[in-house]
Amino acid sequence: MISGSTILFYLLAALTLTCGLLSVSTRQIFRAAIYLLFSLIGIAGIYFWLQYEFIAAVQIVVYVGGIVVLIIFSIFLTQQAGEKLAKQKTDRKIFSALAAFCGFALTMLQVYQHTFYESSEAAAPTTVFNIGKKMMAVDNGGYALPFEVISMLLLAAMIGCIVIALRSKPETK
Amino acid sequence: MMEPGLYHFLFISAALFFIGVYGFLTRRNLITMLMSIELILNSVNLNFIAFNKYLWPGKMDGLFFTLFIIAIAAAEAAVAIAIIINLYRSHQSIDVENAEDLKY
Repeated sequence: MISGSTILFYLLAALTLTCGLLSVSTRQIFRAAIYLLFSLIGIAGIYFWLQYEFIAAVQIVVYVGGIVVLIIFSIFLTQQAGEKLAKQKTDRKIFSALAAFCGFALTMLQVYQHTFYESSEAAAPTTVFNIGKKMMAVDNGGYALPFEVISMLLLAAMIGCIVIALRSKPETK
Repeated sequence: MMEPGLYHFLFISAALFFIGVYGFLTRRNLITMLMSIELILNSVNLNFIAFNKYLWPGKMDGLFFTLFIIAIAAAEAAVAIAIIINLYRSHQSIDVENAEDLKY
């Protein structure tokens, strides 16, 4: 008997992988961005399925609401409407597919040969309260230092973006 | 059909990673290459979450790594798009074959 949650998992996995594959193979760049969007939504669905609701929400807010919108804006700024991407050389495609497939086969072979040992600890509740408490903790096992490092990185990225965008327009060659 | 377990997640994650690698190797447009990198980063996140859920349910390290990777990915995408748009301004093209001078 197949339970509903199993079917849901396979549907989400199929959505993620199909849209990911279409995203790297379509020749229309705007469609590639939309397929990427659905692939990311599928991953958010998998996080929901695993009951990591906070990560799923962050995934939707940051990736779907932030990064994909940014990518779509940059497509509008840099591409002519209706223009397709240049066709790639067939031998490059074949060798890339071969390299990717060999890497995938090798990885899966290693994974299936390895035995994973599950820890017998009781599951920690992944509520927002627990996540926030752990993120601000400075004692052993807390994440206050990486949190501060990430905030410095975000500040540096913000300043870097402004500096890059402010640079005066150089003469075209 | 089998009940989903750790190996199913590792399969999805590895497949998504190598889809991203394939895209990165075949694409010659900077924005589509950036999209492939996003796929690769997402497969890593999925891996962390699956290990956290199935192997160490009592800890939350995988969850925090995922959170930090998402934050870094957002910063990386913003900087990359700023560079791409600046490149487009000076070269009128975002094809990697045309972006061959380091300085001018």
